[in-house]
Amino acid sequence: MLSLAIFLPLVAAAVLAAIPRIPDTVVRWTWLAVTLVDLAILVGMWFSYTSPQPGELAFEEQLRWMPSVGSSYHVGVDGLSLPLLALTGVVFVACAIYALKDRDRQKSQAGLFLFLQSVSLGLFAAQDLILFFAFFDLTIVAMYFIIAGWGHGDAARSALKFFLYTFLGSLSLLLGFIGLYLGSEPHTFDVVELAKTTPFQNAPVAAGFVLAAIFIGLAIKTPTFPFHTWLPPAHTDAPAIGSAVLAGVMLKLGTYGFVRIAMPLLPDAWRSWAWLIVAIGIISVLYGALVALAQTDVKRMIAYTSVNHMGYVIIAVGAAGVVSDSSAQAQQLAITGAVVQMVSHGLVTAALFLLAGVLYERRSSYDLDSFGGLAAPAPRFAAFFAVAAFASLGLPGLSGFIAEFQIFTGSIGTVPLSAIALPGILITAALFLRALQRLFTGATCGLSVDFTDLRPREVLSIGSLLLLSVVIGVFPRFLLDVIEPAASVLAVLVGR
Amino acid sequence: MSGSAPDIDLLGVTTLWLLVGLPAVVGIALSVAGRRATRLAAPVSVATAAVIVVVAMAVAILRPVVEVPFLSGAPFGLAVDGLSALIVPTVAVVTLVVLVFAAAEGTESPARFHGLMLIFAAAVAVTATASTLPTLLFAWEIMGAMSYALIGFRWRDDSRVSGGLTAFITTRAGDLGLYLAAGAALAGGAGLGLADLAAAPSPWRDIVAAGVLLAAFGKAAQLPFSFWLSRAMEGPSPVSALLHSAAMVAMGGYLLLRMEPLLEVAAWAAITVAWVGALTALLLGAVAVAQRDLKQLLAASTAAQLGFVVLAAGVGSVAGGTAHLIAHALTKALLFLAAGAWLTALGTKQLSELRGAARRWPLVGVAFAAGALSLAGIVPLSLWATKDEVLAGALEASPALYVVGLAAAALSAAYAGKALFILWAKPSTEKRGPYDTEQRGTRRIGVWARIPLVLLAVGAVIAGVLAVPPVGDWFRGVLGAEADPRPGVWELVGSAVLALLVLGLVAGKRARAPSWATNWLYLGQATRVLVVDPVLWLSEKLARFDDNVLDTLVNQTAAGGMRAAFLAVKAETAGPEAAVDATASAARRLGVLARRPQTGQIHHYYAQITVILALAIVLLLVLALVVR
Repeated sequence: MLSLAIFLPLVAAAVLAAIPRIPDTVVRWTWLAVTLVDLAILVGMWFSYTSPQPGELAFEEQLRWMPSVGSSYHVGVDGLSLPLLALTGVVFVACAIYALKDRDRQKSQAGLFLFLQSVSLGLFAAQDLILFFAFFDLTIVAMYFIIAGWGHGDAARSALKFFLYTFLGSLSLLLGFIGLYLGSEPHTFDVVELAKTTPFQNAPVAAGFVLAAIFIGLAIKTPTFPFHTWLPPAHTDAPAIGSAVLAGVMLKLGTYGFVRIAMPLLPDAWRSWAWLIVAIGIISVLYGALVALAQTDVKRMIAYTSVNHMGYVIIAVGAAGVVSDSSAQAQQLAITGAVVQMVSHGLVTAALFLLAGVLYERRSSYDLDSFGGLAAPAPRFAAFFAVAAFASLGLPGLSGFIAEFQIFTGSIGTVPLSAIALPGILITAALFLRALQRLFTGATCGLSVDFTDLRPREVLSIGSLLLLSVVIGVFPRFLLDVIEPAASVLAVLVGR
Repeated sequence: MSGSAPDIDLLGVTTLWLLVGLPAVVGIALSVAGRRATRLAAPVSVATAAVIVVVAMAVAILRPVVEVPFLSGAPFGLAVDGLSALIVPTVAVVTLVVLVFAAAEGTESPARFHGLMLIFAAAVAVTATASTLPTLLFAWEIMGAMSYALIGFRWRDDSRVSGGLTAFITTRAGDLGLYLAAGAALAGGAGLGLADLAAAPSPWRDIVAAGVLLAAFGKAAQLPFSFWLSRAMEGPSPVSALLHSAAMVAMGGYLLLRMEPLLEVAAWAAITVAWVGALTALLLGAVAVAQRDLKQLLAASTAAQLGFVVLAAGVGSVAGGTAHLIAHALTKALLFLAAGAWLTALGTKQLSELRGAARRWPLVGVAFAAGALSLAGIVPLSLWATKDEVLAGALEASPALYVVGLAAAALSAAYAGKALFILWAKPSTEKRGPYDTEQRGTRRIGVWARIPLVLLAVGAVIAGVLAVPPVGDWFRGVLGAEADPRPGVWELVGSAVLALLVLGLVAGKRARAPSWATNWLYLGQATRVLVVDPVLWLSEKLARFDDNVLDTLVNQTAAGGMRAAFLAVKAETAGPEAAVDATASAARRLGVLARRPQTGQIHHYYAQITVILALAIVLLLVLALVVR
């Protein structure tokens, strides 16, 4: 079932590519249908999922691949990956709906997105480092073509920068993986095996270097300060659905790597360097929020808030590495909050980028100051943007609060100095309210005049993302019941 | 406490969920329906509010407790105890009355207006009954967001939206305290139940207390946060009446009353709370006296009166604080609605232009007078008795606090008297400014706008019984605060005389107000200069750093990599590669030579073949000669 969910989009992409002269309409609806079927499979998995025992996986599949180097096709699901698999399914459906009106090289676009969906799902399910790395690199390749091929502005340059920067990160990651392989006894790339043996138990210096390599690789992808400068141009010049996938799914590859690989496989090193990780998180939160505050371009602003939001995740996973006798609840809260934040940020930021795409599609501008009073011609657009903004700034009743409250409570519970990052949520509030005010209120002027309100396809695509954010914000148990057991297991793994 | 029979329990739980769920669901439905619900909005909203009043009474009697799983180790908990049994019905009644008034006055986008107001009502209900920190914070921040949306309700006007932004950001700065408190409570191992917080070990307990103080001061518009309430007056008058006096701002004071056990164990916190409350009452009282705009005057007075509630929490006088909170809610909602009625009718809220407005609509004028006299502390109206009960607690704690509190009470009489005398003054055209300076007035106040005023006026007159036996004894029993200090006869008489004296003094007097008082102690300006501007400056600098330094560094590294690659190529070319290159180029030259004869023309080829054959024959001949 899991492999079916992973490879269905890829097979569909291959079929689409193989059939010559296929009409665009068929391509569009096939794309949407495949993403919907894939989501249905994932939802089915969600309902049949029961939390596996510590050290085990649900929906596990393993095939021989490269036995000589201890690598296999090994996929499986636990409470850390299932929410992200589901998120991936949802974001790609939203993109397929949003793209229903696109007319530009539909077949290639659909093929690339289906391909990207497969490799993203594969990454979240991967339980083998080589497999993880392969999927990690393939996402970069696919996204490069999406930005370069369908972007606007200085798309080629931004795409190249994105590619080179994140590819460099993946090389660092590979270095770390090879380090893990060499440090394990017997040598293996299998994540489950590695978690059992914990490499480098008596070699803190080597473990530190391996962690550094992995951390830098993941930090570039996440991205954290100071490795984030590829993000704003990539987002600004990417097409709307490209940005949505980039922010909604691909940034999570980095943060997911922390909880899947760095923390459980190198617990000693993680604990030793937890203070530095928390510090990087705090800087990312404050720096991202402050730089976002100064932006006048909607997409750049949202991009920098991603640095801020991913900073919370870094603080939480760092703080979860500070272990004491009484810290179990705080650690679990922090990790749970981090995973919820990945999901929440995925939904909300994807929605925000699709909304920004509406601006560009209608007026070819992202400039906050060129609009004004947009709420008059486009009330629905204004309402959606307001909900997305409030979700992003962490208002209760929406998913961001569930994430950020747990992150802060848990992180302050183990590392009281995490409270330094609290102003981050205040600055985020200020910048979103300022953006709302510039775009939507006051007299209708500039590019706002005669702006067409959201079309049904846009309402459906963005609305479904926001609706999920509300559901998580009000009834979080269905999500937390999946995450919490896995977070407890991870807290124990880090503590050994 | 919940009854023994299970169906009573079930009834209690159902009513409690109804209390928070009904306004939330109806409010969201109205907001989503938008223009489609324009006609339905007001009736549906008033009906909902009416049901909520009944439900609120029911939960006050049944005292239900509910808990559902929410976050790990921190359930979503609601409980009605003595304090919330008194506050919840009060807020429900004020909400109903305010919504009736708003329906009568009419508004643009009624569905959006009533929807937001009902969502706010749900958030207040959750705040007042919350039993865990996440539950409290959940509702606490939604109140703030609704305040933002309602202050900026007329969004075409940029300054109103800015007012909402200021209010939201300022109160959220305080809200950060609750995040801090939650983390500290967890670190201290106390759990996230509100009742457990006082049990946290020091120093965690102190951090929790500091966080709670920060949040409460922000919401209650206490020093140094008071200025946001001034900006909040850009909102419609019913919003000011409900959010910015009776309910949301009041919740700041309410939180401190609820957390009184925590304040008791963290002694520094109690002292801080008492003094912040007393000083807010005094300084914002002075600010109120200096205002020339009726709503600004009332806003400053709200902060000052909440100061008495905060003072009560600090000195442990829970009964006095709660009574004052309730009496003030009724009084101030009345005054704001009256101000709103005149604003709608006359198009102004400037005191100079409202001169004599009370005479034009005597019923409104009398109701306003009842509220103003209560605010002034005139015997036997409500705030006279409740304030003295608070001051009795202050006297027991410290004479200095009592003196400051008494001075603040005198200022209450001064600003209430100022408003009262101007509104009831003889209208004379040369003294009165023009109407319609802020909006176009309707020149009428409808009957359904007047009824709420009368109801609230009755409340403002009689609510003082809560502080006087026998009702006062029952009240204390409900709160479990039988031992709170009571004012002596001389204190009651003394404050009553003081109020009358001050009222007499301000009658007909016009003094030049100092600019620090008209400008709200320059708190807004100070915040701008000390916080907002530096943050904006820093954000600009960092944005430039990000582009010009960090990003450039990355680009240059990449460019450097390219340059290094070129250099490497060059070095290779100069070294071992050179020989290979030379060989290769020689071969290439030979190739070029070899290609030259290949012209593609047959006669050339024939000629070439002839030449080669001739050469071959010559070669053979030479070879044959040599061999021989």
